[in-house]
Amino acid sequence: MENALGQPQTIVLLGGTSDIGLAIVRQLLSPTTSTVVLACRDTERGERAAAGLRHHSVTIEVVPFEATATDTHVEFAASLVEKHGDIDVAIVAFSLLGDGEVTSVDVAAAVGISEVNFTGVVSSTIAIANQMRQQGHGSIVMLSSVAGERVRRANPVYGATKAGIDGFAQGLGDSLTDDGVHMLIVRPGFVVSQMTTGLKASPFATTPEKVADATVKGLRARRRTVWVPGILRYVFSALRHLPGPVWRRLPLG
Amino acid sequence: MSNPARARLWGWGRTNPSIADEVTVAASGLAATLKETGPRGALARGLGRSYGDAAQNGGGLVVRLAAGPGDIVLDSANGRVTVGAGVSIDELLRIIVPHGFFVPVTPGTRFVTIGGAIASDIHGKNHHIDGSIGNHVESITMMLADGSTTVIGPNSNASLFWATIGGMGLTGVMIDATIRLLPIETSRMCIDTSRVPDLDALFATMSCGDDDVRYSVAWIDLVAKGRNLGRSVLSRGDHARLTDLDARDAVAPFSYGPHQLVAVPPLVPPMGVLNHASVAAFNEAWFRRAPVRRVGEIQGIGAFFHPLDLVGSWNRLYGSRGMVQYQFVVPFGEEDAMRTVVERLSASGAASFLAVLKRFGAANPAPLSFPEAGWTLALDLPGASRGLGDLLHGLDRVVLDAAGRHYFAKDSHMTPEAVRRGYPRLEEWKAVRQAVDPLGVWQSDLGRRLGLI
Repeated sequence: MENALGQPQTIVLLGGTSDIGLAIVRQLLSPTTSTVVLACRDTERGERAAAGLRHHSVTIEVVPFEATATDTHVEFAASLVEKHGDIDVAIVAFSLLGDGEVTSVDVAAAVGISEVNFTGVVSSTIAIANQMRQQGHGSIVMLSSVAGERVRRANPVYGATKAGIDGFAQGLGDSLTDDGVHMLIVRPGFVVSQMTTGLKASPFATTPEKVADATVKGLRARRRTVWVPGILRYVFSALRHLPGPVWRRLPLG
Repeated sequence: MSNPARARLWGWGRTNPSIADEVTVAASGLAATLKETGPRGALARGLGRSYGDAAQNGGGLVVRLAAGPGDIVLDSANGRVTVGAGVSIDELLRIIVPHGFFVPVTPGTRFVTIGGAIASDIHGKNHHIDGSIGNHVESITMMLADGSTTVIGPNSNASLFWATIGGMGLTGVMIDATIRLLPIETSRMCIDTSRVPDLDALFATMSCGDDDVRYSVAWIDLVAKGRNLGRSVLSRGDHARLTDLDARDAVAPFSYGPHQLVAVPPLVPPMGVLNHASVAAFNEAWFRRAPVRRVGEIQGIGAFFHPLDLVGSWNRLYGSRGMVQYQFVVPFGEEDAMRTVVERLSASGAASFLAVLKRFGAANPAPLSFPEAGWTLALDLPGASRGLGDLLHGLDRVVLDAAGRHYFAKDSHMTPEAVRRGYPRLEEWKAVRQAVDPLGVWQSDLGRRLGLI
């Protein structure tokens, strides 16, 4: 059970090696935190990430998690609760960026990214949400992206999966409200992280720490969405209404 | 019997709610209702005046006891009352005061139920003389996890009795309790009030004079700094004797009709209206308006014991982020720890509304009872205060290092580790609970959060 200060006891990070996800975990850590579960495909990298969190006096567990193995997700969520009790905060942070030039033309690559970023997110989020429904409380952080706000020609598959999970999280979040479960959708702009290594930073680039800061504030205030940086909300409300031919020609990476 | 309905349940601090199936039943329907309990268990809830998540049971069943005829049976000859667990102290006082009796212990609000009062082992301004409510309970009728009903008391199943006193509702559902009452000659209070300039003077004044008066409490200004640190208004007194009343009041010595002056509307700005500036101004005015010294003032019961009840739903003043209560006790001899806490709160700039400092008497035998001989401080802070987590966790360490502990009924931020340190008899309590509830029927958000269950 999260305490009155918005400090969770049990935190689950899906995408246990995600820079943004780990930054959010670090920001949430407090003397109240008892357990952090890092769920990831590459458990060796997960262990290294765990080592970076270990100076806090919490139990950190790295567990294998495969986004595309959707038939394991229900049992995965149940096993978390069985082992650690109520899940206070679950952060859904895994996704693949892919190379837009490849995924735009390569069917197999496009399907691969869609299955992780969309199907895997939908499946694992519902599995965790069902556990939270039964406990009558809990928060889910959905790492969306401004890339889903209006999908760019440069990376249509990635953008579309983010648009998809953003819409999914809005609807699921509304359905969870009466069950006491809070869904926070986080829409960062370009984040300087391992995922974007080698890419040219877009305007309004931000960092995992700034995303984490805004996320934790959003959780405590029980907001539905946060944009990082905040100005992107207004930038995209303009971009969303640009005529198609103009949008298509914009040099947006 | 109505059917359970999904409900969002909060504590009085309005901070971390959860959703439960809530149902109101008569005592006669309790056993049937509890048969429906699922894996998240069941919990009795009173008026929801505990500040945190003590009366919440997310995903489980939450039971309220319906009031019924015959809920209050007064035995005037022997000065005791048998009262339904769902009856409030407000309802009880309206019946017993006209008969010349008062509750042995009342908290700062009369809107708590008898069941909640016993489950929290509440204390009042007379703890240094009379102890907490558990000291005055003769017997409790309660429903156990297996659906059976039993009567327990200090001489009958004493281990379960004392585990239930202060047991936060996690040993069973109380149906009624028999309590020894305090005979009174009038419904008025006779009160001495004095300003105390700082914390040292407060410790000194309370240490030497408290034992001669039944009720004693200091309102302390935690915003004041420097040489005003810990300045307080000390009020002490007892129930007025008939001879204390003037002729006009003496005509109706037991008249009692407390009321609410105003209620805070549901729409308060989300950031609340209690901030550092408004609280500092209020505290200053409170201190200035108190007499330097006034003796023998006649006050009503409501004005002395339950001043906040004059304002309905005052918790809404804190806005959407709610408020956090912090109450702890440190043993006598640890005055330095109390001073450190007061200094840190004052230095933090946190907007602590009037806080209450009092001297506790000896503890009772209940393993989870909060009061123990020493100094206790209770304060409210806006939930949205910057740096509140670091501040409170830091204060926790000061309190625990001084062998102190925190009050479950007020708590909303503690950790299981802090409970283990503050309540060294926790395992003894758990063993009693395990024996009467091996399947873990009784559950609460607080119990899960703090590792009580």
